[in-house]
Amino acid sequence: MESIVDREDGLNLKATELRLGLPGREESEKETMASFKNNKRASPESAVADGSKGDFDAGDGDRETAPVAKAQVVGWPPIRSYRKNNFQPKKAEGEAGMYVKVSMDGAPYLRKIDLKVYQCYPELLKALENMFKLTIGVYSEREGYKGSEYAPTYEDKDGDWMLVGDVPWEMFMSSCKRLRIMKGSEARGLGCGV
Amino acid sequence: MCLAYMMNYFPEEVLEHVFDFLASHRDRNAVSLVCQSWYRVERFSREKVFIGNCYAIIPERVIARFPRVRSLTLKGKPHFADFNLVPSDWGGFVLPWIEAMARSGVNLEELRLKRMVVSDESLELLARSFPNLRSLVLVSCEGFTTDGLAAIASNCSVTPLGELAIGDADAMVGLILVLAMITPKVALTLFLMELDLQENEVEDCRGQWLSCFPDSCTSLVSLNFACLKGEVNLAALERLVARNHNLRSLRLNHAVPLDALQKILMQAPQLVDLGTGSYVHDPDSDTYNKLKSAVQKCTSIRSLSGFLEDVAPRCLPAIYPICLNLTSLNLSYASLIHSSELIKLIHHCSQLQRLWILDCIGDKGLGVVASTCKELQELRVFPSDIYGVGSAVVTEEGLVAISAGCPKLNSILYFCQQMTNAALITVAKNCPNFIRFRLCTLNPTIPDPVTMQPLDEGFGAIVQSCKGLKRLSLSGLLTDQVFLYIGMYAEQLEMLSVAFAGNSDKGMLYVLNGCKKLKKLEIRDSPFGNVALLADVGKYETMRSLWMSSCEVTLGACKTLAKKMPRLNVEVINENDLIDASSDDRQKVEKMYLYRTLVGPREDAPEFVWTL
Repeated sequence: MESIVDREDGLNLKATELRLGLPGREESEKETMASFKNNKRASPESAVADGSKGDFDAGDGDRETAPVAKAQVVGWPPIRSYRKNNFQPKKAEGEAGMYVKVSMDGAPYLRKIDLKVYQCYPELLKALENMFKLTIGVYSEREGYKGSEYAPTYEDKDGDWMLVGDVPWEMFMSSCKRLRIMKGSEARGLGCGV
Repeated sequence: MCLAYMMNYFPEEVLEHVFDFLASHRDRNAVSLVCQSWYRVERFSREKVFIGNCYAIIPERVIARFPRVRSLTLKGKPHFADFNLVPSDWGGFVLPWIEAMARSGVNLEELRLKRMVVSDESLELLARSFPNLRSLVLVSCEGFTTDGLAAIASNCSVTPLGELAIGDADAMVGLILVLAMITPKVALTLFLMELDLQENEVEDCRGQWLSCFPDSCTSLVSLNFACLKGEVNLAALERLVARNHNLRSLRLNHAVPLDALQKILMQAPQLVDLGTGSYVHDPDSDTYNKLKSAVQKCTSIRSLSGFLEDVAPRCLPAIYPICLNLTSLNLSYASLIHSSELIKLIHHCSQLQRLWILDCIGDKGLGVVASTCKELQELRVFPSDIYGVGSAVVTEEGLVAISAGCPKLNSILYFCQQMTNAALITVAKNCPNFIRFRLCTLNPTIPDPVTMQPLDEGFGAIVQSCKGLKRLSLSGLLTDQVFLYIGMYAEQLEMLSVAFAGNSDKGMLYVLNGCKKLKKLEIRDSPFGNVALLADVGKYETMRSLWMSSCEVTLGACKTLAKKMPRLNVEVINENDLIDASSDDRQKVEKMYLYRTLVGPREDAPEFVWTL
């Protein structure tokens, strides 16, 4: 491992480099990668930064942090370019906003809101409160929306109904398909630390 | 010995008749090695020729050996070209082949190309030169436009007599010749039966290629233009389908909307294989209801694909009636179908043998597949979100569920977030019948997340259990150990794909020494170098090709190899650092592609490809 440092950076600036992350963590990641990759040369176009890859060498146990955007390795994952070109970016409706349906138990019709308008959960919840003339309250991890008769939920990509607020905002944005404001006993069931 | 001796007393016609039963080119190749007379009989009777590497031989020699060739299959670029690892002007041109066959008066009926460069000029020459051409299949090719397709379509016709016995080319030709004598104005033209374009990059010239099929074209059996990006003339398409009553396979592109699909299905209830275009409409509309009843009449559909770009999930129930009979389902382009709808659909598909799907189906969805699709033989799970950080992926759980639920599984391509050794060991135990096993972790060097160990033991279990394994792709954190296992156990292995794996030359040596049936080896970003490359140079003549990129191989070693083995083409592909006479032998090559050949270095290599 020392040889990498010597070759790339004779001054050993690594020791004094400012980095985000716990001290000592960077060393062990580099060790793992070095002994198995054996000084592989990165291809010219690849922007594999050790730091970001480190986040993905799973086992950080740190799944809750929203991962850094993946650095691109040329030709990986190995999918035909034809197939890659055909992927619709998930937010193809991005230009027009990201509208999702909002249903509320007991209401005669559904509404739609543009999630892109909001930067964080409190803003979204406030908007829902205004739209449906109700109080949702404040989120807490332990007790959900305790004190409120309502619980905001959303349907995710797997089809499961999740409580709004558990995951980081970006993750919520990318997985939320529709919203539903649950009312009454059903809501309380969700709110009580299930 | 006795039998062969006796066989030589049979007249050649008998030998030829016996050889007729040999469909596979491998069997025919084996037969032609027995003795001179068998070689001679076989070569005059071979009609289907397969060339796995278009640069291993030149067309003139193929035609000379097999003068009665009617069907030619050609493969061009190396497999890693699919993943942008081969520069686009590397080669693989079909034109010289078409020119040679046209010059020699070959009676070409079928042309199948994979990863080749096909120009419009080639297509035009093809259309003009072979009156009996009935089948054109292009897979992952490039270089042509819809104008080239128009040339093919324009030349397609039948004689004024109308429909005759389809597929009986000799009878047709005979009849045409008779007619030509009586009525000199009857022209010899194509009667195209199959035009199959799979995943090609085709430039759209806004022409009306589909309209170029003349009204007299009624012979189509298979038409696949799903990969085309541009608009098609819908009215022309509907008329085409209406008059081609033998159409069995039809795959539309995204520009064909649901209402057109409905009209098409009304005209073609005999379809066996359908690929829809885009699939979005108001489910409460009259059109949708008509689609439902049209689908119900299509009782022969066994294979379904499409759902390109736009999909309205609420319209999916229209296809439920055909799901029950489906043996093949490809939803790998349907990125807008939610996993819950996918699962609802799968519930109806109990006869599936082949399923191609996106990973947004999730582990849970794969569980449903496992419990519903008991006849499943081939599964491909593609990634749906390769750039983002979405949660829509599958893990080892999905694979284990499939292996437990689908006893007939023999072929898998699986893109996943992570994999564990325990899961692979379980899969190996559940499914000893794998012929193709391709695993791709989205992070190429991810270890087993539970144990933090490399995946050597897992893949080792796979090769040990699956004694018939012919194709293997590895990924995840891997050391030399996995290659030791592969060399020891993978006796039937023909193709191996390696990326970011191994520690030293030993890894590659284990494979080269152990896998006696290896035909294709492709390696990228792995620490294999000169020692491994040069240890057994004779091995490469038993293989079709070897690809190594971003490894530790130097120019000097490549030169040494090329010098020792004149019947190999050793190509060094250096785009960033052009190779010339003054290049340092110690420099590492970016990419090396070597293949056995009977005809020496090719003449069409671009300047960044240096054949040593």
